[in-house]
Amino acid sequence: MALTGIFLILFLVVHVGLNACIWNATGENSDHGLMFNTAANFMGSMVVIRILEIGLFVFIFLHVIQGIMLVMYNKQKRNIGYSVPYGNRGSKWYSRSMGLLGTLILLFLILHWINFWVPSRFTGVNGVDGQPLEMELADGEKIHNLFALMQITFQNLWVVIIYVLGCISLAYHLLHGFNSAFRTLGVHNPKYMKLIQSIGYGFSIIVPFVFAMMPISFYLGWVS
Amino acid sequence: MEHYTMNLKLKIWRQANRDAKGAFRNYEVSGISSEMSFLEMIDVLNEKLIENGDDPVAFDHDCREGICGMCSMYINGRPHGPWEGTTTCQLHMRAFHDGDTIVIEPWRANSFPVIKDLVVDRSAFDRIIQAGGYISVNTGNAVDGNAIPIPKDKADASFAAAACIGCGACVAACKNSSAMLFLSAKVTHLALLPQGIPEHDSRVKDMVERMDKEGFGACSNTTACESVCPKEIKMTNIAYLNKEYLLATLNNK
Repeated sequence: MALTGIFLILFLVVHVGLNACIWNATGENSDHGLMFNTAANFMGSMVVIRILEIGLFVFIFLHVIQGIMLVMYNKQKRNIGYSVPYGNRGSKWYSRSMGLLGTLILLFLILHWINFWVPSRFTGVNGVDGQPLEMELADGEKIHNLFALMQITFQNLWVVIIYVLGCISLAYHLLHGFNSAFRTLGVHNPKYMKLIQSIGYGFSIIVPFVFAMMPISFYLGWVS
Repeated sequence: MEHYTMNLKLKIWRQANRDAKGAFRNYEVSGISSEMSFLEMIDVLNEKLIENGDDPVAFDHDCREGICGMCSMYINGRPHGPWEGTTTCQLHMRAFHDGDTIVIEPWRANSFPVIKDLVVDRSAFDRIIQAGGYISVNTGNAVDGNAIPIPKDKADASFAAAACIGCGACVAACKNSSAMLFLSAKVTHLALLPQGIPEHDSRVKDMVERMDKEGFGACSNTTACESVCPKEIKMTNIAYLNKEYLLATLNNK
């Protein structure tokens, strides 16, 4: 779980960095999603990235399977529970709810893949009228206009709410998972662990917050 | 501290034997001194039960000074009761107030089956120790204590881990019934010392294997174990155990 988790954390850094290009489409100097689409096209057309994409799905699958196996294994270890549970007195609720949070994130991911990954890889990036959403670069090359697809997708308030809830689930999942992964890998020096904890808390709050601001920015018209 | 007496309601898990179906029974005790220990309060209850011809509440205890690790009661939803860094025998009744209801349960884990009432079978811990919690030394005269230099920080960390009394509170508190805090303390306190290094690879592998065979759950780092440990064993020991296990596996010894 720790190794797959750390790989997925590294992926989040790339993903959030690339997606942050949407904010180049704000104000009077808006590039109308040019930087974002160019970056997305670069990632989608590079062989190395496509290979890594397969690895990413393998790691997500492994992480999910390992998580399910871990929860099921541990559930068998106490047939009779306590009358008065220990609850939040010695551990955080999210540390004890990683299975639930992981399930919520997976459900969110399935929606996310249907919204963006499936169209960009298989069914085509089309508008509500069924016409392809494309952007022409300066050299005449036509690329997918995922920025426009995001604009259309995030006009639906329910989609925005689900994405924000998905990001909140991710934040709590990371709050426990980030530190836990390094402990599992044997980082025991208190000095390094304190540093990792600080980075972990920062990462767990900042990255999901930036992700959550993307649908909100589109819905409120901050990017166009 | 002001002395006071109190009347209490007790809700205690009663179970005739390992295979019997257990249930909570309610009792009342009166005139309990705030200076009594928790086990003395149970003694008072048991004297009353014996006088009435009832079966006294069975509970584990030995030293009653916080070092043997025998007392094992889950009191009001917390192993060893409300005080931090304290065993049940060192818990005093001034932690409670007149009219309180106290719920007392045995450790709950499949690896710690109930023998009777509040007594659980913790021999799984003994078997984990037998699997590798020792060092092999030649018999003969004792070696001079200062013959092997040990850095102070390592000696301190080893001593802190060696404080584990094997009470099982970590397993009782963990939602996964994991014994990793106990095991990590036993592995760390030997692995940090020069005498423990020659066998450290085989020790960690054998002890982890034994722990898994005993049916304890997997650690998910929730930190509940650390918060209830009466000897305040730290989670860093679990990380150290993970490092030891990882390196031993890579060394393939």
